[in-house]
Amino acid sequence: MLAAVVIRLVRRKPLGAFGALVFVVFLACGIFAGALAPHGMNEINPLYRMKPPSLTFPLGTDNLGRDMLSRILYGARLSVIIGFCAAGLATALSVVLGLTTGYLGGRFDLVMQRFVDAWMTFPDLVILIAVVSVVGPGMLQLIVTLGLLYGIAGSRIIRGAVVAVREDLYVHAAQSLGARTFRILWLHILPNVLPPIIVLFTTRVGIVILAEAGLSFLGLGVPPPAPTWGGMLAGSGRAYMYQGPWLALAPGLCLTIVVYAINMFGDALRDVLDPRMRGAG
Amino acid sequence: MQIYIVRRLLALIPTLFFASLIVFVTVRLIPGSVIDLMLSQNDIAVGKDRAQLEAALGLDRPMLVQYVRWVGGAFRGDLGRSLWHNTPVTAQLLERLPVTFELGVLALAIALAVALPIGMYSATRQDTAGDYVTRSFSILMLAIPSFWLGTLVMVFPSMWWGWSPELKYVALRQAPLRNLAQMIVPAIILGTSLSAVTMRLTRTMMLEVLRQDYIRTAWAKGLSERPVVTRHALRNALIPVITLIGLQAPLLIGGAVIMEQIFVVPGMGLLLLEAVGQRDYPVITGVFLVLGMCVMLVNLLVDLSYGTLDPRVRYQPS
Repeated sequence: MLAAVVIRLVRRKPLGAFGALVFVVFLACGIFAGALAPHGMNEINPLYRMKPPSLTFPLGTDNLGRDMLSRILYGARLSVIIGFCAAGLATALSVVLGLTTGYLGGRFDLVMQRFVDAWMTFPDLVILIAVVSVVGPGMLQLIVTLGLLYGIAGSRIIRGAVVAVREDLYVHAAQSLGARTFRILWLHILPNVLPPIIVLFTTRVGIVILAEAGLSFLGLGVPPPAPTWGGMLAGSGRAYMYQGPWLALAPGLCLTIVVYAINMFGDALRDVLDPRMRGAG
Repeated sequence: MQIYIVRRLLALIPTLFFASLIVFVTVRLIPGSVIDLMLSQNDIAVGKDRAQLEAALGLDRPMLVQYVRWVGGAFRGDLGRSLWHNTPVTAQLLERLPVTFELGVLALAIALAVALPIGMYSATRQDTAGDYVTRSFSILMLAIPSFWLGTLVMVFPSMWWGWSPELKYVALRQAPLRNLAQMIVPAIILGTSLSAVTMRLTRTMMLEVLRQDYIRTAWAKGLSERPVVTRHALRNALIPVITLIGLQAPLLIGGAVIMEQIFVVPGMGLLLLEAVGQRDYPVITGVFLVLGMCVMLVNLLVDLSYGTLDPRVRYQPS
């Protein structure tokens, strides 16, 4: 089935397949950052401060003489870790909430939906800033906060998919056989709402990476000297960007390319896996 | 229509209740260690001891009492006092809100001014080169982080032409033109990044509407392209676009926070970031609550205008 999806993706959505390829390259950069990076992420070379791109330092160096390419690669690792963990947590939460509210319905669903309504009225970034102000900046805090934030919001999408299959014949059959709720949810509903779950996860990775970069840009993400892409663009380093414009280009360009690739991939995946969601979001 | 408005207002009550609970619980999460930290930074808690600080944050009462007191205060417009400036939070919010409002309105106007014509063009010229160019542009705008764009605008024009955005804020009332010249840069960045989704939706809706029977009738009557597209198609395609504006309100406010930080615009976002830096929790709670309410208000207005624009919405049984 996987091979079939891949073939369909490449044939029908070449741009989406290209996005997937970029995404895989980005993943590999993150995973093998240690091997790929020519220098350490925080290796300071006082003699080579603010050097423009050259053969030794392909993306130049920053105000402390740290190699930008190495920092970008290690930054990819941070983005991969936060992106995957937070998107994973968010998707898991969305699935649990979406399955239970969508299948059980009734008063529980009604109350939960009003809660989700209220949750979604707060701008993402404002919730993130408020929560970080309380729990403090840090990788773990970020993953949990981002996971909660997008998990609750995403439960709507899963709930919608569950409601659509809840009245299907095979569900009624399982119910009349006396299957317990958990068994129905796990064996009958979940496999049938898998496509939106996969799409949700993919698009969430991109959203989470952008949100993390935004927070790090504001100085509320993973604290320095961690080489986050958002942190490298932060206002505190702007004074140096006038002398070394390469400092302002590389992190933003990488962020744009990765998010663009994930968006393309996610859109294509949605069209291939789940035609009902076409045009949504 | 009246029933529709009443129903819509009633539906707001549970949302407001949960929203207040979310804000309240978030601040209740403050770990004890943060209070110690606040005490150790004596510039924040001058002459206050732990008990006083906890009282100022309202942490000394049982949970339920705290919540009722806080909500009661919020209803009267009292959101406590800033720990840092010892001024009422409400006064600070009232001072900052118009600035963010101006930025938001400007950005929204720019977003629509960009998105609607291009979306229409793209739909009427489906699958032409122009359509592909504008679509690719909108997809690209979705991926470019606005804070990067803002940084580039700060850095490159100043390097190339010695031009940099004015960072010393002038109030709209003092010098309207200088204020606008200042706000227009962040508004353009925010507006173009918001326009991407609107452009896509306008195009999709136009394509759908252009295939309807009444459009064919309009063509058959011998109308030229302009009245068909603007008078018959656009009006019907706009309804979902207006809903999208409501959905984008949180994005608009989140983006405003970032733009205010980059361009040093003293609005709600900058207030929030300053308060976070100073651990001024009453201010953080206040901004958090008010921004949430703004989104709710925008959505309410959108729903009401939706009811006015589309008779089908009004008569729908709940």
